Amino acid sequence: MFYRETGQFKTSYVADMAIFPIRQDRIALWMMLAIAFIGVPLMDAFQVWPFASEYLLRAILIPFLILALATVGLNILTGYCGQLSLGSGAFMAIGAYSAYKFATGVTIGVVSLPALPVLLSILLGGLMAALVGILFGVPSLRIKGLYLAVATLAAQFFFDWVFIRVPWFTNYTSSGSVTAPALKFFGLTVNTPIERYLLCLVFVCVFALLAKNLVRGNIGRQWMAIRDMDIAAELMGIRPLYAKLSAFAVSSFIMGVAGALWAFVYLGSWEPLAFNIDRSFQILFMVIIGGLGSILGSFLGAAFILILPIVLDQIPHALGAPISVETVSLLVFVVTGALICWLLIVEPHGFARLWATGKEKLRLWPYPY
Amino acid sequence: MIALGQFLEVLISGLLAGVLYSLVALGFVLIYKASGVFNFAQGSMVLLAGLALVRSLDFLVSHGMPWWAAVIAGLLFAGLIMAITAWVVERFVLGPLVNQDGLTLFMSTIGITFMLDGVAQMVFGSDVYPLPLFPSDAWFIFDNVFDGGILLNKLDVWGGLIAAVLVVALALFFQKTTTGRALRAVADDHAAAQSVGISLNWIWFVVWLVAGLVALVAATVWGTKLGVQFSITFLALKALPVLIIGGFTSVPGAIVGGLIAGAGEKLAEAYLGPLIGGGIEYWFAYVLALVVLLLRPQGLFGERIIERI
Repeated sequence: MFYRETGQFKTSYVADMAIFPIRQDRIALWMMLAIAFIGVPLMDAFQVWPFASEYLLRAILIPFLILALATVGLNILTGYCGQLSLGSGAFMAIGAYSAYKFATGVTIGVVSLPALPVLLSILLGGLMAALVGILFGVPSLRIKGLYLAVATLAAQFFFDWVFIRVPWFTNYTSSGSVTAPALKFFGLTVNTPIERYLLCLVFVCVFALLAKNLVRGNIGRQWMAIRDMDIAAELMGIRPLYAKLSAFAVSSFIMGVAGALWAFVYLGSWEPLAFNIDRSFQILFMVIIGGLGSILGSFLGAAFILILPIVLDQIPHALGAPISVETVSLLVFVVTGALICWLLIVEPHGFARLWATGKEKLRLWPYPY
Repeated sequence: MIALGQFLEVLISGLLAGVLYSLVALGFVLIYKASGVFNFAQGSMVLLAGLALVRSLDFLVSHGMPWWAAVIAGLLFAGLIMAITAWVVERFVLGPLVNQDGLTLFMSTIGITFMLDGVAQMVFGSDVYPLPLFPSDAWFIFDNVFDGGILLNKLDVWGGLIAAVLVVALALFFQKTTTGRALRAVADDHAAAQSVGISLNWIWFVVWLVAGLVALVAATVWGTKLGVQFSITFLALKALPVLIIGGFTSVPGAIVGGLIAGAGEKLAEAYLGPLIGGGIEYWFAYVLALVVLLLRPQGLFGERIIERI
């Protein structure tokens, strides 16, 4: 009744090609953006209930935004181009450490760069991740599926080792952990949680828009053709080399930027452990639970996987059950695993498919069909 | 002669360590062959089997049972636990997911991993439990040929022997028994096997049970080596390159892959490690696997991948 596109006529090609062709979707999107950009800072300024402490911003919203960005990146590779990757953590680490090197001044051979601005460093970090991504994407031309997943694990383990063992990357700190430089953007210093939140939000919006437009354009269609049947796609004149490697490049770029944000904005100071194999699995979970091949799904999956353990952690506390911290963390493990299995059984195509079914139902409501 | 002796020592210890990886990899191969499921939970199954064994062993011994009887009872108890696990997994996770694509099944086994890790540690405790099942002292061989001889660990040799027995037992099981033949039929073609009256649910239960028992065997060796503890689950990650090198579908491949990965790793650590900084055994097997993949995408012993439109 409310969600029906009847009467919305398109009179130009531009209207026909719009990202959100249905008015209700556009309204919903603008409302969400208004809440995210204006509502949240206002609530924070007036210390409305959930924002009274910094916990919500610091421990939930900021990591959610950054991990959602990384999930969008992996979704381009795994969801749209069908190349399974378990190396997300490595690409995030490359983004983080390259951004760190660029931001603190780097000497490569005879070229000595001064300390670059943070924004430029983060983008350059993404670029380095993209280059490495292309390199590790080369095996995808010959292998696919789970074999490829193991090949990307090689990237994961190799870079774990590199960032622990090569002191050049950490500017020879004795502990191996590094601290991000002050976050200055065009003269403004980003410091309080709400500023950090807004910074991440801007990044996420820009890259989500970019990703959404890429996947509905020419290159995105090539990726999907490769995903659906690569041999047929090749026969139709799609170059697998170009399509696969571009998917690796775009995806690693986004993951690299997400990694740099994770390190600079969320962690502040970090060590290689922040980007280990668990991170890769976490992001793959987000992609699959959210829905392969859906930008919206990336956000839903990221929210679910991030918030689930936090909520589960609180439940025994709230009930006042006398359970030790260790048992709770084990219990969180069990329940998370069970919920993942249950979700996969109920809806193997993730939240994005649930949303699509829901939309279809809404369209017909109150009639069953 | 010293250099040769050292080389042999590294090589043999690497080969034996590789056999231990193969023990874990075997469980992967069994499940992948019969159901097309890439079972990420194999490492957790090793943990669960090990914990069940070591805890029941401690319990029985502290209640005055003689050691040999306690070992047998403990093994039976752990086997029972693995059977229950196999039944639960088949009944509640894989059964409902039948006909889904490989990625979904793979994800569900990661979910199973979380559950097994959590349940195993909640029920049996999460400390490090020593499991003194096999002798693990040093053993020198050829000390009349080489100066100082070749240093081996007896446990590694035991591991090699056990792996050999296990492979023979599995081969007999697959070739000679009715259930084994049914397993091979299912591995070849699900639909055809069903049409001659083989129950897929039963077969999958059996295959998870066999993988669980292989995990138990792996747990006896690895538990003696490291003590039964949570980090034993990371063996799954160590077994992945072994699988890639040998091919996902081949039992001999898992053994040969383990030998190559183990020997390559140890030799690289000994001869390449000092040049580029230690710790390269952490990733060397993966790079080895990557090279194998580029040359032979299906692994050394895997079935040739034929694609049609």
